[in-house]
Amino acid sequence: MDYNFNFAAVWRDFDLLMAGLGLGIFLAIISIAIGCVIGLLAAFGMLSKNRAIRVLSSAYVSAIRNTPILVLILFTFFALPQLGIRLGKIESFIATLSIYSGAYLTEVFRAGLIALPIGLREAGLTIGLTEQRTKLFITIPVMFRNVLPSLSNNFISLFKDTSLAAAIAVPELTFYARKINVETFRVIETWMVVSLMYVAACYVIAAILRRVESRLAIPR
Amino acid sequence: MATPILEIKNLHKRFGKLEVLKGIDLTMLQGDVVSLIGSSGSGKTTLLRCVNLLEDYEDGIVAVDGEQIGFKEKSGRRVRLSEKEIARQRAMTGMAFQHFNLFPHMTAINNVMLGLIKTRGTPKDEAYSIAEKWLERVGVRARKDYFPGQLSGGQQQRVAIARAIAMNPKLMLFDEVTSALDPELVNEVLAVIQDLAKDGMTMLLVTHEMQFAHDVSSRVVFMQDGRIGEAGPPEQLFRSPKSERLTLFLKNSKFH
Amino acid sequence: MEILEAIIAVWAARWPILDGIGNTLLISGVAIAWGTMLGLGVGLLLTYGNLGVRLFVRIYSDFLRGTPVFVLILACFYILSVIGIDLSAFEAGIFALTLFCSSHVGEIVRGALQAIPRGQTEAAKSIGLTFSQTLFSVLFPQALRQILPTWVNTATEIVKASTLLSIIGVVELLLSVQQVISRAYLSMELYFFAGFVYFLINFAIEKTGRYVERKVAIPS
Repeated sequence: MDYNFNFAAVWRDFDLLMAGLGLGIFLAIISIAIGCVIGLLAAFGMLSKNRAIRVLSSAYVSAIRNTPILVLILFTFFALPQLGIRLGKIESFIATLSIYSGAYLTEVFRAGLIALPIGLREAGLTIGLTEQRTKLFITIPVMFRNVLPSLSNNFISLFKDTSLAAAIAVPELTFYARKINVETFRVIETWMVVSLMYVAACYVIAAILRRVESRLAIPR
Repeated sequence: MATPILEIKNLHKRFGKLEVLKGIDLTMLQGDVVSLIGSSGSGKTTLLRCVNLLEDYEDGIVAVDGEQIGFKEKSGRRVRLSEKEIARQRAMTGMAFQHFNLFPHMTAINNVMLGLIKTRGTPKDEAYSIAEKWLERVGVRARKDYFPGQLSGGQQQRVAIARAIAMNPKLMLFDEVTSALDPELVNEVLAVIQDLAKDGMTMLLVTHEMQFAHDVSSRVVFMQDGRIGEAGPPEQLFRSPKSERLTLFLKNSKFH
Repeated sequence: MEILEAIIAVWAARWPILDGIGNTLLISGVAIAWGTMLGLGVGLLLTYGNLGVRLFVRIYSDFLRGTPVFVLILACFYILSVIGIDLSAFEAGIFALTLFCSSHVGEIVRGALQAIPRGQTEAAKSIGLTFSQTLFSVLFPQALRQILPTWVNTATEIVKASTLLSIIGVVELLLSVQQVISRAYLSMELYFFAGFVYFLINFAIEKTGRYVERKVAIPS
């Protein structure tokens, strides 16, 4: 195999790659933030006394989790305009990823809520808080801290899924990788570098999240 | 004189930099029942686990029925035996653990049969009747088709003892087998062990049950800091302890 | 919504679509089968290998898990042909998905084996079992019960990831549906249809998995 390695071709556009990586992280953060809100609502929904709400929440989780994310991305971007909902590339992707992550986070939060001792909610009520405020000030903060490890795993997963934004030409890391690939034909160098960038980014994100976890975790 | 069932000479064992066994000598003849007592950290469990090489040892000799366990001399150097050899040697002894360690995915009788079939190559129906016989002996035959998760602690431990004895070992090792049991279940297990002792089984026990050690043993060994502090017949050790450490230990164990 | 038109369009293209479904199942099936076998080896090496082997396999596993599956597919597709291994997009895609599956299965197997209490191995040793006897008779049966639910999850992830092969031109279900869309302009109904078929496939996998789990559960 004679292949002359030429990393300079990739190096030249490294700033593009970094910009793409940054966009990817940005997309992940926004999507998981919105996903958390959706997930919390659906998690409470799955535990609701109202049967209709329970069924609706489970249906949402089941439907989204079993559908390939690429289909969701294409649907949101290409199919919704049929209903008159025309979103830009980035908004469309964020919408898709938020709804996608919401379904996974619902499971995380539901498990977290179930694991809480029953006495917690009752304690909140007995000091005079309403159901809503108990949830807001006691249940959710405690549950949130307990599920931080799960949340971190989901975030890293989500960050990797941002690579699919390239399918609708959002200028994130994978998009630029394909561009450089096509322009320079340096396939091995391009994909090695990009792959390493993702792996490194995941490591760094994981390390940061671990520190956040230990800072926020409830002392035992 | 017959070959001792167990011969330990100058046994040394280290965990990293910490030496936990500092030269142990112990001999057991057929039919001996020896109890190892002492506080935690004295090395008694480690000593037991060296006999069937669940722990390696650095210096000294451990020999079961004349055969050195785990190592051999090869041109003046100590060489570890092959995995197959060690597995064969381990089958010479039987061990019952504090936390039973029954195989949860197998019924009681299958637990007992596994060693017979895989290690001894016993045909299945023969293994079945041997296993059944031993389950009967320890009093849990009615539960032979139950899974460990469906048995009480005392029943599980008795199945575990049956599993070890069914292999027809030369020496039985008991590692604090009643420590993890609810108090009311302890006696049923001690009764089984007493029964086996009466039948002449050679046994080495690590135990906290002082009264039991006194009643069942032919000899009691008190360990401290990795060495044997005192050893002798139970009457002598429990009624007239020679060392202060042993006296203190017995007082703290509330033995009367 | 032009449901009737959509049904007509799908019926008209039923053979290519069935072909697409067949390809999806074939791609997923092969990748899951090979990936699981490879992953078993990875898991065993990670648990029982010596330091050097463990390090090497860990780097392999971490690299694959830190890379988005989309990047993996593109990398395999482009790099393999350059270094002289001539695989079609179909084969390169399966190769990438196999590697992806192996890294996930490896982690699952490692986790399950390490979760088995040490006393089990000691009890097996004490009745004279060798290492391989211990592995087959004592450790694997217990590990399998823990591996199963997570493995089912990984299987559905592979099915969903198979959609990404459409981007490198493999005519699996998504691409065959897209081809109908380009003729009929019914994106919403047809993407919905595609999503629904994937949902059915994954739902079936999950239900089967749960059935097997119940069948092999240890009574307690």
